Amino acid sequence: MTSFLDFEKPIAELEARIAELRATADGSDLDIGAEIAKLEKKSAAMLTGTYAKLSPWQKTQVARHPQRPHFVDYIRLAFNDFVPLGGDRLYGEDAAIIGGLAKLDGRKIMVIGHEKGQDTASRIKHNFGMAKPEGYRKAIRLMEMASKFGLPVVTLVDTAGAFPGVEAEERGQAEAIARSTEACLGLQVPMVAAIVGEGGSGGAVAIASANRVLMLEHSVYSVISPEGASSILWRTPDKAADAATAMKVTAQDLLDLAVIDGIVPEPVGGAHRDPAGTARALADALGRELAALDGKDTAEIVRQREERFLAIGAL
Amino acid sequence: MQTGPFNEIGTHHMSWLSKVRNSLSSLAKRDTPDNLWMKCPSCSQMLFAKDFEANLSVCPHCQHHGRIGAEARFDLLLDAGYTVLSTPKVPENPLGFRDTKKYSDRLRAARASNPYPDALTNALGTIEGMKAVLGVQDFKFMGGSMGMAVGEAFVAGVERAIAEKCGYVICTAAGGARMQEGILSLMQMPKTTVATRRLAAAGLPYIVILTDPTTGGVTASYAMLGDVQIAEPGALIGFAGQRVIQDTIREKLPDGFQRAEYLYDHGMVDMVVHRKDLKTTLATLLGYLNRKEVA
Ligand SMILES: [Zn+2]
Repeated sequence: MTSFLDFEKPIAELEARIAELRATADGSDLDIGAEIAKLEKKSAAMLTGTYAKLSPWQKTQVARHPQRPHFVDYIRLAFNDFVPLGGDRLYGEDAAIIGGLAKLDGRKIMVIGHEKGQDTASRIKHNFGMAKPEGYRKAIRLMEMASKFGLPVVTLVDTAGAFPGVEAEERGQAEAIARSTEACLGLQVPMVAAIVGEGGSGGAVAIASANRVLMLEHSVYSVISPEGASSILWRTPDKAADAATAMKVTAQDLLDLAVIDGIVPEPVGGAHRDPAGTARALADALGRELAALDGKDTAEIVRQREERFLAIGAL
Repeated sequence: MQTGPFNEIGTHHMSWLSKVRNSLSSLAKRDTPDNLWMKCPSCSQMLFAKDFEANLSVCPHCQHHGRIGAEARFDLLLDAGYTVLSTPKVPENPLGFRDTKKYSDRLRAARASNPYPDALTNALGTIEGMKAVLGVQDFKFMGGSMGMAVGEAFVAGVERAIAEKCGYVICTAAGGARMQEGILSLMQMPKTTVATRRLAAAGLPYIVILTDPTTGGVTASYAMLGDVQIAEPGALIGFAGQRVIQDTIREKLPDGFQRAEYLYDHGMVDMVVHRKDLKTTLATLLGYLNRKEVA
């Protein structure tokens, strides 16, 4: 069962009507069959129409949809032979960031990403995708290992932000994020990042400072949540939609600003309506980006990554 | 829940008269005609403004370190005869941002009451005879927030240090990222880190002086990457804002949380140094870390 977002209410009502008709129809009533077909066509058109012109705030909600595919789904659907590697060797294992060895269309890689969890128990286990210093230090460890063994790095970014808590501060959240960004920039191997849900601030950048950065069509990437910007800049919690528009958080905006390099299309109605199809599109896009970086020497890979970030926003 | 690493001080707009020196900006102003007296925000002692300034804007009673601007820092840390470097030009209001006011109007107001065009200014000079580039972030300019101008100035300062074959010293102060530049402010985190990596590759020292306050994306990038990390006493230094943390954990924050001494106790800085001792500390460090004497 798909759960509907607020702005999908008309579609939800149509779908409920269709389900109702289906329950009453016995299969022989051609009139009801025709009515169902008509409503299904209408519903599909409404879904297409709605998703073709999502506002930045609506996209934020799609990006945060509870059923949106997450890291563990993509591991299952887009990668093979995943070998998870745990721990930062310094403090602990942080399940908000998962990483390990994997194959992408036969290519051996290191894959790292945030995991938010999909039900109450797993959301708590993964701390809602909000990593602590040990999560970023694990990412650093895995990136350095990838560099050592010549494995390209793929990251899947999906976090509201790094965890804001006392113990995270105590163990050096800021330093861990800064070092993780530094580790991305120092990689002697190609790195491709994809924002698959929320790219929340420093907690996202820490594993997204890559040679190539992609975004799923309805994902968002932002310096602060629209709610946070609303309360700080407008001094009211009610301006999140305005803040989302003003800050330019969508994949389409960020491609225009040359902050990202490409958009991976999502199925009509968003990734959660077809996780397998989304995973295929993501795997294809990641594979293409990695192939484009094949054969470049190490110095060129490092320099291209540096120049990419130096050039953003230049006059 | 808001999880971004920013707190409200990042955009706090100070409405001081342009004549009031940066050095007074964190102190409660008393309503006397000449503002000759002020109250220390830490110990509440009444201070004579001139004495306070003469004491490097440190309260003589409780050693509270007031916030000071770029000029005061240059004078404090560099030998006489330094050169203030020009600030790189960047696109103005690249997103056409407006909240309750246009970002371009906020910028104009900030420039009207500040000596430099944005929140980070570099100077080239010497520290007890040793050449160095010193960058200073000024909290008075839109909360020191990091937008493209700050990121570009940081990169330019480091590049100048590399060209001069000398170390780069940065005094950080920021409430976080310049939200009005959206994602472009966030992109300054990797951009400035490219610069610190290049400085390291050139074998040149990078020294960070964390001043009050340093939070958010600035802390989570160049402010934590120094070869040596120095903090001024009592400075607020952290990633997440205290209000955000409190909203998350719903309990009282520990005493001294996110203060310089707390960071020292948790292994995040090398030393906490009184303002009056900063220059000699820098000189000692550069003396060790510079590969050869440069003057
Ligand atoms: Zn005092």
